[in-house]
Amino acid sequence: MDIDLSQFSQVFFEESIEGLAAMEAELLNLDVDNPDDEAINTIFRSAHSIKGGSGTFGFTAVANFTHLLETLLDEIRDGRRKMLPDHVDILLHSVDVLRGMLDALMAETEYSDPKLQELEQRLNEALGADSQTSSEATTDAEPVADTSANQIWRIRFIAGEHIMRCGNDPMLMFNELRDIGSLNVTLLTKEMPALDGYDPEACYLSWELELETDQPQEKIKEAFEWVEDECEISYEQVTTEPAEQEQAEAKTSAVVQTVTSKPQGTAKPKNTDGGSIRVSTEKIDMLINMVGELVITQAMLGQIGQQEEISQESVLMLQQGLEQLASHTRDLQESVMQIRMIPISFAFNRFPRLVRDTSQQLGKKVELIMKGEETELDKTVMEKIVDPMVHLVRNSLDHGLESPEDRVAKGKTETGSITLNAYHQGGNIVIEIIDDGAGLNTEKILNKAVEKGLVSPDEDLSDDAIHQLIFKPGFSTADAVSDLSGRGVGMDVVKRNIHELNGTIDLRSRKDEGSRFTIRLPLTLAILDGQLVRIGDHVYVVPLVSIYESLQVSQDRINRLSDEHELIRLRDEYVPVVKVFKEFGHHAEAQNIKDGLVMVVDNSNEKVGLLVDELLAQQQVVIKNLEDNYTRIPGVSGATILGNGTVALIIDVAGLVNLAGIGHSNEHAA
Amino acid sequence: MENIATEENMAVAEHEGQQFLSFIMAEEEYGVDILSVQEIRGWEPTTAIPNAPEHVKGVINLRGTIVPIIDLRQRFGIASLEYGPTTVVIVVKVSVENTQKVIGIVVDAVSDVFSINHGSIRSAPDFGQEADLRFIKGLTNVNDKMVILLDINLLLGSEVLPDAAKLSQMIETLDKAQPTEAIA
Repeated sequence: MDIDLSQFSQVFFEESIEGLAAMEAELLNLDVDNPDDEAINTIFRSAHSIKGGSGTFGFTAVANFTHLLETLLDEIRDGRRKMLPDHVDILLHSVDVLRGMLDALMAETEYSDPKLQELEQRLNEALGADSQTSSEATTDAEPVADTSANQIWRIRFIAGEHIMRCGNDPMLMFNELRDIGSLNVTLLTKEMPALDGYDPEACYLSWELELETDQPQEKIKEAFEWVEDECEISYEQVTTEPAEQEQAEAKTSAVVQTVTSKPQGTAKPKNTDGGSIRVSTEKIDMLINMVGELVITQAMLGQIGQQEEISQESVLMLQQGLEQLASHTRDLQESVMQIRMIPISFAFNRFPRLVRDTSQQLGKKVELIMKGEETELDKTVMEKIVDPMVHLVRNSLDHGLESPEDRVAKGKTETGSITLNAYHQGGNIVIEIIDDGAGLNTEKILNKAVEKGLVSPDEDLSDDAIHQLIFKPGFSTADAVSDLSGRGVGMDVVKRNIHELNGTIDLRSRKDEGSRFTIRLPLTLAILDGQLVRIGDHVYVVPLVSIYESLQVSQDRINRLSDEHELIRLRDEYVPVVKVFKEFGHHAEAQNIKDGLVMVVDNSNEKVGLLVDELLAQQQVVIKNLEDNYTRIPGVSGATILGNGTVALIIDVAGLVNLAGIGHSNEHAA
Repeated sequence: MENIATEENMAVAEHEGQQFLSFIMAEEEYGVDILSVQEIRGWEPTTAIPNAPEHVKGVINLRGTIVPIIDLRQRFGIASLEYGPTTVVIVVKVSVENTQKVIGIVVDAVSDVFSINHGSIRSAPDFGQEADLRFIKGLTNVNDKMVILLDINLLLGSEVLPDAAKLSQMIETLDKAQPTEAIA
């Protein structure tokens, strides 16, 4: 059969990665002394599916490796072997190695990691420890990867009568064989009935094939994979024993079947690409219903539109119809957005492992508490928030939590805790990372900030203000660069990533009580709450989250620094003002600050004023990409379409500040 | 007579030729591969892009897609005309570095659809080092009128602006080369 397997390999990768995630989660929850049968079964099933799938797709290295895992798990499952802590460790490392192998296969690169050999050896040792017999018995089932020199195969292929009806075409199969070696085909027609007994739709033919190839038998069988149940196929190797091959055949097909009946794990679209997403049928059914409603409304409106005269009554109906249309459209929009929403547990899932490994490495005792895992957010947002979260959790583990001795000395419990919490608030999702560690060391931060010249030594700062300093670029308090944190890229990167998602991050910390990082993100990247502003004839959109306030400024509160730069006094602060019309090369009514409106916006925790002519409406806008058909425009993050069908550009505050050349902390943002 | 000839041409070209859409700009006729043309629209006001080059008139909303509009006259360095309801925008698909972009170009008027086979395309005269004229695919005659065939990918895919003086010089040279034909 000429079926291109590669079109399914993406599915295999996704399922395997889900399987690995499931394995990892179960392993981390496993009580080694008293393992739960169901948990072991889940782990076994995952390994088994990956093995089967990789065999089908010809990823022999993965298949061979998972086979070892499977053997070990099988013995544990049957009670032939007792679960040891060492096993969990081996299995967890195997999950990592398999991930690496799958990533390499996806990227179509060579996987070479000495860890693989090391683990294979450890697995073999673990297996060899007492029950050699069982491990040997199962080794035979392993797909034979015989890649010796050219061999000659004699294949007898008697097509079943119904083969054509199923859409199978022997020609295609032979062509496939021809791809892997040189093929000699002899057609046998002796089964052909006389014309009166001839069924034109049946196939009475058989063939004798002689194939010279360097490929293993599996490869040959692939060609007949889809018809082996209906047809009689015999393989004969001209040089070596055919009986064993026959047996191997039975086993490979068994593997193939298990793949199709593979149990569905929890959905876990991986972050490697923007590729695909799994959607529950429930959500799709809802969409179909809604589209149905929409069609009905459309038909109703169409009827009214066709009436020759519009009466009072039809106007009323028209209004009703339009109202319905509006509500259906809104519902539809919400449901479509729902498709992209996945529970945050996909992001949380990786933390048990991270916390386990890191706390072991640091010699700390940590309990991880996760709340609100079912909170949903946009897939894109989630993919982008994982890295900042990992950073924050590592920071908490490394700097926040104390060693068990220190904790006891402070009168706390020996085991520290880190809490991940997620919930919806308004149109936002809030993610909290809370630890009960030492809290931020105010003194150390201040010293460091002074040393780096971020603040002057005589400045009188509140604790909160000092805590905010850790978000400054180039700030890292770790005395030594450790493997975990303190590489100089620190909280400023976290903060910037979150800003790019139109989100904010907030920090509360009390000495010896712990710290709480609060991340607030929009639920989706596709829609934004925007404030429309007018500059001359041009309408721009400013993201509402970044706006503090808008005000008119009288002349006596304006300070001129130079020809280029002006500041306004806002209560006890001085805020630089960007004349947007100047940066964008537009004509505006308000040439001077006092004539227009100043919109005070946030730019990486600094306040910046934007001079605009007028504030217009506030509305939700759908973000459109400009780079699809044009290029990036400095100072503009995207575009949107307004109610009247025209395009409005969305202002990128950081980019605009860069254009104006007044940014301090934004040199990196470009 | 002429119409019949054109129809015959088209019929032949179904098999072997390539179809072009021709448009008029500053009295010259240009042709672009018809397969790269998505649609033809009237002019509508655009949203200006800050700090964009002068020939980029802005962006429009084309059924939900943001499409930049380029004034081809200004792109060629010719003074632009006043836009009116009869101003035509040809929306073309351009391949740039393996991605496809949709761009609108403003021209004076759309002229004709014609097909020609490769044999009747003459290469543009060699202008020495003028690499910025590479976007001219070749020249051809349709009904005794010279048509300059453009490679839309090279024209809109790169940011190099053709030199107006050289372009008009080239057009002049071409006109002189075939003085009788150019009258039609």
